[in-house]
Amino acid sequence: MSFPLKLYETFALALKNIFSSKMRTFLTMLGIIIGVCAVIVIVGLGNGMANYMKDSFSELGTNLLSVRISGRGTPRSISEEEMYEIVADSPAYLDQISPTVSMQGVKIGTESSTTTSVTGVSEAYFDMKGYEVSQGRGLQYMDVLDRKKVCVVGSYVAQTYFSGDAVGQSLKVNGNKFTIVGVMAQQADEMEEGGTDDCVYVPYSTAARLTFTGTINSYTITLTDEDYASLGKQAVEDALYEVFRDSNAYTVSSMAEMLDTMTGMINMVIGILAVIAGISLVVGGIGIMNIMLVSVTERTREIGIRKALGAKEGVILRQFVIEAATTSALGGVFGIAVGYLLSAVATEVIATVMETAITVSPSAGAVLAAFGISAGIGVLFGYLPAKKAARLNPIEALRYD
Amino acid sequence: MSALIEFRDVCKFYQMGDSTVVAADHISMQIQRGEFVAIVGQSGSGKSTCMNIIGCLDVPTSGTYLLDGRDVGQMSRNELAAVRNELLGFIFQLYNLLPKLNLLENVEVPLMYAGMPRAQRRARAMEVLKQVGLEDKWKHKPNQLSGGQQQRVSIARALAGRPAVILADEPTGALDSHTSREVLGLLQDLHRQGNTVVLITHDNSIAVQAQRIVRLEDGRVVYDGDSHAPEAVVAPTLPGGELPLEAV
Repeated sequence: MSFPLKLYETFALALKNIFSSKMRTFLTMLGIIIGVCAVIVIVGLGNGMANYMKDSFSELGTNLLSVRISGRGTPRSISEEEMYEIVADSPAYLDQISPTVSMQGVKIGTESSTTTSVTGVSEAYFDMKGYEVSQGRGLQYMDVLDRKKVCVVGSYVAQTYFSGDAVGQSLKVNGNKFTIVGVMAQQADEMEEGGTDDCVYVPYSTAARLTFTGTINSYTITLTDEDYASLGKQAVEDALYEVFRDSNAYTVSSMAEMLDTMTGMINMVIGILAVIAGISLVVGGIGIMNIMLVSVTERTREIGIRKALGAKEGVILRQFVIEAATTSALGGVFGIAVGYLLSAVATEVIATVMETAITVSPSAGAVLAAFGISAGIGVLFGYLPAKKAARLNPIEALRYD
Repeated sequence: MSALIEFRDVCKFYQMGDSTVVAADHISMQIQRGEFVAIVGQSGSGKSTCMNIIGCLDVPTSGTYLLDGRDVGQMSRNELAAVRNELLGFIFQLYNLLPKLNLLENVEVPLMYAGMPRAQRRARAMEVLKQVGLEDKWKHKPNQLSGGQQQRVSIARALAGRPAVILADEPTGALDSHTSREVLGLLQDLHRQGNTVVLITHDNSIAVQAQRIVRLEDGRVVYDGDSHAPEAVVAPTLPGGELPLEAV
């Protein structure tokens, strides 16, 4: 009796047929190649953008919560001491707190700078943000307590206005003279105007008085761990609600949550684009089906001969399905190769044109899925022509020419 | 011992538009093991239908066809395929070799469908190619050979699986008289070696090479007996100009 034909024999037969007409095979594959390549590049681009966002956000600190008190809809206000208590009450999630008071109008000598940011903070702020002081000292508790007119400047300010020798010099904010007691270490890769190094930090108590801010309405809180962004945010919100009894009176935002939202949006856009690119895979599949139908008609006589010599329907079916699947899967492999190539090119192009380092990196999952889908499409769209071949009447097939 | 091939009242009808064509009209016959039988008839006599049924490519509309004691009429398409592979060796008028495969691979095809392991298959294919004198050319593609050589390859392919019946459908139809004689000689050799050979032809001069002739006309057996009897060879009803490959 007969045994089932070995799978690799059928596979070898399929490869033989595929390579016997290279041009046609290539054109058939093209749809799949383009589809797979498009999916890979788009997903890669999405990954690159998500990573870029992540990097940018973690520069701002993903373990931070910022609180703004607007006091809207309530006569109640909240003092610094109460805010410190809120943080102290949730030691599991919340670590440190610093008020932040913004000021404007920096004047160094006779030169005014509009880009330099001036922020009033507590002595804990540098520690919270991970800022380092490279010369002189940071802000201290006594500075805050005594509302001293001292400041720490960013490296850009120190370099640009004081040629790196800033400690002991002074600058004016809003017409008030501040003595520079320290210079921060460089934060960003490159110092630029308006960048993270173009800054001045003063004691918040001093800033509050000079700006006539009665109650401080902006705070930065650090989390014990960035995974606690939502829990920490919830804790602060709950505590603030206890005070104000109105959720419009304050807003608590977390960088981690914003990052999550942004990443979610990017992923959604990428997902939609990938699905659109995936449609070309379906189109490619239809191309394969078309060619396989032509191939079955062309090879009617061959099929007749094979059936006369004892090929069962299942064997013929398998031969054609495997042929379609192999064509499609090979297209998938080429598509992956071209996709990687284009990803590398895209990375270069983005770096040159947009001057942003977004690395287009296709994920292994996307590559595997693209390959699996392309092989699956071959099976799916190869089935109908294969079924047609398998069902051919051997007598008619033998007479066909 | 029962006959190798037995037709019992085999009928085959085809529906052609509104009319029914009777291609086989109550044919009964037996072919024993080791016989060399020619089934002869003009175009439309039903010999192709007969050949398709003997070859398990088709099943009778009514009546019984027993091949090696098995009732073929009751078989599924897959069972028919298995029977063709196991019991039948086909030789076609137009050779029907697979153009992309070399000679050895062509001869291997039926063995592959029989599930024979590769090494064994190659050895057997080479053996039968040697038998038809083409072992040196095993790497050639069919289109590099003459018609006679191609027909020898198809004979080798028919022999490869050691079938019970060798079924030759107009095997000389596309060959000149010299090569025709060569191919017929090969068939006679096979018969002498003990094979059962069934030859389908419209040509009396070919048919007389067999031991026994079964003559068909209008789907009926009109003669069945010794090929040397004078009644075996009656003048063709259609004088000349007939296509060798008949349509059903």
